[in-house]
Amino acid sequence: MEEYGYSPPPQKRSGKALLHLDLPLLTGLLLLCAFGLLMLYSASDSDMGLLKRQLLHLGFAFGILFIAAQITPSVLRFVSPWLYIGALLLLIGVLVMGEIGKGAQRWLDLGFIRFQPSEIAKLAVPMMVCWFLATRKLPIRPLTTIAALVLVLLPAALIVRQPDLGTALLVGAAGLLVIYFAGFSWKLIILLVVVLGVAVLAVVNNPDLLDLVLHEYQKKRVLTLFNPENDPLGAGYHIIQSKIAIGSGGIYGKGWLNGTQSHLEFLPEQHTDFIFAVISEELGLIGVITMLLLYMFIILRGLYIASVAQTPFRRLLAGALTLTFFIYLLVNTGMVSGILPVVGVPLPLISYGGTSLVTIMAGFGMIMSVHSHSAARY
Amino acid sequence: MAGPERINKSGLALFRSRAIMATLLVVGAMTIIISRMMWLQVDNYVHYATLSADNRIKLLPLPPPRGNIYDRAGRVLAKNISTVDLLIDPEQVQDMQATIDQINTILPLSKEEVDRFKRQKRRTRRFQKIPIKHNLSDAEMARFAVERHRFRGVELGVTQRRNYPYSELTAHVVGYIGRINERELESIDQNDYAGTTHIGKTGLEKFYESHLHGEVGVKKVEIDAAGQIIRTLEVTPPIPGKDLHLYFDVELQRTATDALGEHNGSVVSIETATGGILTLVSKPSFNPNSFVNGIGFSEYNELRDARSRPLFNRAVNGSYPPGSTVKPFIGLAGLEQGVVSINHRISCAGSYRIKGRGRKFRDWKRSGHGVVSIDKAIYRSCDVYFYDLAHSMGIRKFHDYLDKFHFGRRTGIDMPRETTAILPSPEWKKGRHGENWYPGDTVNVGIGQGYFQVSPLQLAYATTILASDGRRIAPRLVARIGDTPTLEKVDSNSPIEKVDEHNWEAVLEGMVHVVETVGGTARRIRNDDYRIGGKTGTAQVFSLSEDEEYDEKGLRKELLDHALFIAFAPVETPEISISVIAEHGGHGGSTSAPVAKAVMDQWFLESGGSE
Repeated sequence: MEEYGYSPPPQKRSGKALLHLDLPLLTGLLLLCAFGLLMLYSASDSDMGLLKRQLLHLGFAFGILFIAAQITPSVLRFVSPWLYIGALLLLIGVLVMGEIGKGAQRWLDLGFIRFQPSEIAKLAVPMMVCWFLATRKLPIRPLTTIAALVLVLLPAALIVRQPDLGTALLVGAAGLLVIYFAGFSWKLIILLVVVLGVAVLAVVNNPDLLDLVLHEYQKKRVLTLFNPENDPLGAGYHIIQSKIAIGSGGIYGKGWLNGTQSHLEFLPEQHTDFIFAVISEELGLIGVITMLLLYMFIILRGLYIASVAQTPFRRLLAGALTLTFFIYLLVNTGMVSGILPVVGVPLPLISYGGTSLVTIMAGFGMIMSVHSHSAARY
Repeated sequence: MAGPERINKSGLALFRSRAIMATLLVVGAMTIIISRMMWLQVDNYVHYATLSADNRIKLLPLPPPRGNIYDRAGRVLAKNISTVDLLIDPEQVQDMQATIDQINTILPLSKEEVDRFKRQKRRTRRFQKIPIKHNLSDAEMARFAVERHRFRGVELGVTQRRNYPYSELTAHVVGYIGRINERELESIDQNDYAGTTHIGKTGLEKFYESHLHGEVGVKKVEIDAAGQIIRTLEVTPPIPGKDLHLYFDVELQRTATDALGEHNGSVVSIETATGGILTLVSKPSFNPNSFVNGIGFSEYNELRDARSRPLFNRAVNGSYPPGSTVKPFIGLAGLEQGVVSINHRISCAGSYRIKGRGRKFRDWKRSGHGVVSIDKAIYRSCDVYFYDLAHSMGIRKFHDYLDKFHFGRRTGIDMPRETTAILPSPEWKKGRHGENWYPGDTVNVGIGQGYFQVSPLQLAYATTILASDGRRIAPRLVARIGDTPTLEKVDSNSPIEKVDEHNWEAVLEGMVHVVETVGGTARRIRNDDYRIGGKTGTAQVFSLSEDEEYDEKGLRKELLDHALFIAFAPVETPEISISVIAEHGGHGGSTSAPVAKAVMDQWFLESGGSE
């Protein structure tokens, strides 16, 4: 940002910006990841091979974070529309290939690399909405709001068709959060919440309504949430076993590596989506609260960075990415503890797997970039 | 490049108020999660701790027994037999290679068996035992039982195994089951298949998978801290799969297969009244029992690469030029659409030119047939009559009328992957070859050559429609699923509307004359016991399914024509219709007609349509 031959005076920053990294945020992330590795070791029955692979994922993800942090927000802003268009095309490509292959299709195979375009959408959608709203008058007007909603719902609808409801909700949430920060009317928010509440009540009273919008297996999962005993061998089994694991952990837990539920294979997908149950069983309520406080620290740090950011684009981006991270946490812990449907969202930074890890770290890299690069004064 | 960003405070106050609100919401949500955890871990700790520690209950799936398949006389075509297998639990084995070597010292394992085990191990879901040796004899069981203490994670297990007693004879009809692969795993409800290892891959086993499979049961067991079962608490038994009862007659199938002699080909017989398939021969065939537990690579490659293509179901998926067998249908198309009348006559001098000019289309009889009416055109199989008729009719009318007989369309048989074959039209040619339709194409199609392709099943079905006054009942193999009869799936637009009853009679009479008149092309199957109507055909091009490329070099050696024949009997009230295709069989009259005769003889004279 030196084009004007003007170098801004040093900004007041909490934490040192070394190589554009934000140390408090980085510390929080590293602590959580280290904690995650320890828990993975237990959840996978001391599988060193799995641990090494996750270590590789982490190394790669932190590399992405580092790179993202070096890119200035103005470049991020410049690439947003292109990234968004690219993601849309890839999503359409996946659908077309899915039609040909018949059945669920989420991966795009480019020969040398296989990835899920919906992961790109998790970043591209909020970036695009930020790009779109950054130059508008805030709080946003009705027409702008509608345009922004279209930008969010188009890719979300494509992902629903894959069908991948969980990811579609997360992508939708990421985009909607930007609109929230841009001043989406509280009245409308309250109205939406009420409508949603009524819809949930209607579904509870008449489950067949779900046929209109959901696939059979998704419907089953939602219904199982209300009555797990109906399907003790299938989806309900997951929730029942996970509740037993959590509850039997008590206040202090059974101790690291001592979780019986997880080690006797009662828990499904224990090192991926259900690792929160393993943590609760082995470390108890104390461990859970400690972990959640660590998450809280990261989230509050992100919101702080957003609040002191210098341009609307930066504020919106940092705010939305931070809250998206929170939504991951909320959906996963809510799902494992049995208050939200099982939608297949991993516990961020801790669950085994590389794909979502990379997306999340890229997001934090952008947040750090927002904080460490100064904008021109005028 | 991106324009420079400037410090911009617009909306800052708004953003901060929103951020504060968001913080409150985050804290609120976290409070809800933590309260939930407290409710589970503090308030209900005793309850869950009891469930977890004292009462470790595990649910084990009980796979349902698969339904049997019976032919019309109650003979078993597919059943389950119990065998004793040697199983390995990979989770319990430390050094797999050492274990395999050790087993090898007391029970010799072939390389195929070891390879198959390793292949399955890679594909199987976790916590499943995998067989390494199937079908142990008593002596082998005893030998292992003595030494079993040395083998951790290796055990004997009784497994249900699918068996096809008639083997090659019914392979293309019944199909086979095999281990569930990854692709199939995605398409099934995994809960319903918990404990089930096999799934229908081809034939009826695949088409009726949902009926044959049944519903999974559950066994609730209590296990100790090491995961061993202490006792069974509760059992919800599985619901067995439904049996299939077919129209199909396995002894008739045997007769048809034998009658084909050394020829490859197909024999499809349909019971006119029900649409029930009596025979569905596709020759050569294969032994389906080899596939049940995973066929070896070399055996599979041999089957797959064989030039005669034993794995390919010719009857349902193959397509051949119909040759002269379609002449009755084309004749009816001409009569019913008013292109010619029953009294229309032409003079056949052995060849035909469009408007007397251009390319010469030859009759099979160089010297010609003289004056020819529709009747003689059918029983002498005069090509010139049909060249001329097809040309006057034009491809549009030709296509639209033959379409009523399901040429170019699936018959709707209860088998997977049925071919549509090809009933050509100008649109089809444009789409497929990117070329315009020429009058010469119509002329060729008029004798069942050119672009025209049919499956043996389509040919038999069209014959059934013709013999039963235009009634259209989709052919099918299964008569009853369990105790429930399959609903008769009659086409919505059926039956075919008749313009003039006499036209139909004339064509059918021509077909009777094929067998009964001096000079009829299938006169050799005339007999005194029952009367047959038929039509011979000889097809010039070697071809299989439309999407299969065939090895050209292999083709050159076998340039003999295909021999085709369609028939129905008895003439007065037809009960059975048949299509026969003998690949490279020469002439329809001499090779294929006797095959149809053999099937009919058995049906009318021996079994008498026994139920």
